[in-house]
Amino acid sequence: MNNQNKNINKNFSGNTKLEKLFEEKFCSFDYFFENNNTVIFDESDSIKVLTILQDNSLVKFEILIDLIAIDYSDYEVSEWNTKNANNLGYSRGIKKDSSGRYTYETAKKNFNQPKHRFSVIYNLLSVTSNTRLNVKVYCKNDENPTLPSVTSIWSSANWYEREAYDLFGIIFSNHPDLRRLLTDYGFIGYPLRKDFPLIGNVEVNYDLKKERVIYQPVTIKPRVLIPKVIRDTNKEDDKNA
Amino acid sequence: MPDIKSFTMNFGPQHPSAHGVLRLILELEGEVIVRADPHVGLLHRGTEKLAESKPYNQSIGYMDRLDYVSMMSNEHAYVLSIEKLLNIDVPIRAQYIRVMFDEITRILNHLLWLGAHALDIGAMSVFLYAFREREDLMDCYEAVSGTRMHATYYRPGGVAKDLPHIMPKYEQSKWKSKKDIDKLNEAREGSLLDFIEDFTNRFPKCIDEYETLLTDNRIWKQRTVDIGIVSKERALQLGFSGPMLRGSGIAWDLRKKQPYETYKSLDFDIPVGTNGDCYDRYLVRIEEMRQSNKIIKQCIDWLKKNDGDFLSDNNKITPPSRSEVKEDMESLIYHFKLFTEGYCIPKGEVYCAVEHPKGEFGVTLISDGSNKPYRLKMRAPGFPHLAALNEMVSGHMISDVVAVIGTQDIVFGEIDR
Repeated sequence: MNNQNKNINKNFSGNTKLEKLFEEKFCSFDYFFENNNTVIFDESDSIKVLTILQDNSLVKFEILIDLIAIDYSDYEVSEWNTKNANNLGYSRGIKKDSSGRYTYETAKKNFNQPKHRFSVIYNLLSVTSNTRLNVKVYCKNDENPTLPSVTSIWSSANWYEREAYDLFGIIFSNHPDLRRLLTDYGFIGYPLRKDFPLIGNVEVNYDLKKERVIYQPVTIKPRVLIPKVIRDTNKEDDKNA
Repeated sequence: MPDIKSFTMNFGPQHPSAHGVLRLILELEGEVIVRADPHVGLLHRGTEKLAESKPYNQSIGYMDRLDYVSMMSNEHAYVLSIEKLLNIDVPIRAQYIRVMFDEITRILNHLLWLGAHALDIGAMSVFLYAFREREDLMDCYEAVSGTRMHATYYRPGGVAKDLPHIMPKYEQSKWKSKKDIDKLNEAREGSLLDFIEDFTNRFPKCIDEYETLLTDNRIWKQRTVDIGIVSKERALQLGFSGPMLRGSGIAWDLRKKQPYETYKSLDFDIPVGTNGDCYDRYLVRIEEMRQSNKIIKQCIDWLKKNDGDFLSDNNKITPPSRSEVKEDMESLIYHFKLFTEGYCIPKGEVYCAVEHPKGEFGVTLISDGSNKPYRLKMRAPGFPHLAALNEMVSGHMISDVVAVIGTQDIVFGEIDR
């Protein structure tokens, strides 16, 4: 993949310090660019790479601004595949198992299978040289996504990783305190995964007879009104322009 | 002498100074805190998940409810990220309106913070003063969007409506005499801009009032000076931003360093602290209010002199006018498409951040080319701040926890999302 490094100039939009940093420090690593500001590294290199990025003489990324986990299993899946018009209107575009419309029982088991299901973006900021960089790492294991924790590099990673673990089920090895953060005590499932129903699984209620708060299966029905549509109108615009 | 053992105490979630629904598990040794473990998520509404099932424009309203004391700033980051992916231009007038309301929002936020913070550590009256001015700014929100808090005013491509030419007035009632009403309506005779201008002329004196109550107040200083000190290095490590970072002496402000909208052409300064304690952060925020006031004044000057569009005329993104819809076939189609299906955004990932009153509020938007966000991640400034609570309060007394929570300007809408 090293041959792709040549498009550095294009991707760093003239940030010479960043170009130099990548030429000097990362020539032995496999990396490639996804878009103007995102660099993809291999899972096994991530700790080494991020350590260098946090502490080097050229561009010091002192702040981990954000850590974003992504589940790619529903990527580019459109609900609106109808080619012909008929009298059903929008309802012909609605499938019961499409995202946001399934329940816990009817959640799809077979996904659109991307090469890697989970990825994590480290959103870095250098205060001294006023530069941002996204480092993206794909989790190789789809069943038990695991990444090394970066809490030893940035303290702020602690809660970001707890959040990613809570909502996506990504395990961060060597994390000092990997507990759930945002969801309820004893919550089951990973809510931001694409196979988790939008309406959830259980709801809390106060039981008058038992005189305590109980969990019961959700009573609300899935209700997503507008189908997910992928149109290439933007592409046409590009052609016209 | 009996041995004093450390014990664990529960703080919140129903506690007046927990700023909403913070639950803290405090490990104490006598009155000194050994460890503080915040339990958050009691206000988790799954905004990110909900946004994935809705067309882009329908999620603007959710943004108000993230940090519910700085509503429009949240919208701003979201709207910017959509605009960046769509690669559309925003009319300059809309940019000035946005900047003006961002700064109004900053004052709103800092006023609530000041009132609540002071109330938490024992000064009741500041709260009343702060809410007096907040009322006027809320009226600006209402005049422009129809709601006092959750405005949903920004749109991809501009803002929803132009600034109104009249300001809503108080009406006479059996509780208010004509004389009182006339006094209340004095500043409301002109347009919204006139009203805000009147406010900016009054406001510096109000800040002086708050300062006479607090800045040299002995009790205030005893409660804030040298409490919750964060060094420069730690502030960076902990991912601080906004006044928390500037209080520690790092001159970092996105409005200056990575200017968006029209901040480049506006004149203002960034206040910076020296010690990184609660008192410094208080001073920084007070000065920020003065600077915001200055920015608002400049925006008013520009907006009074210049007219123009307040919303982009790209009808794939913004609705065509009502009269166009009635006469023009194409506009009718655009209107129908926009309100039934929304618009599709080209594939890509984007991160947009604004200098939110609390720090850097960023939105990571990942689009797979559809009419709904594939993944939307909000970077809430309060999140890393609260994560640092343990470090900031360890070794302090239990009453200082309240001071530190106050100085962090915690709002759970954005932390729990």
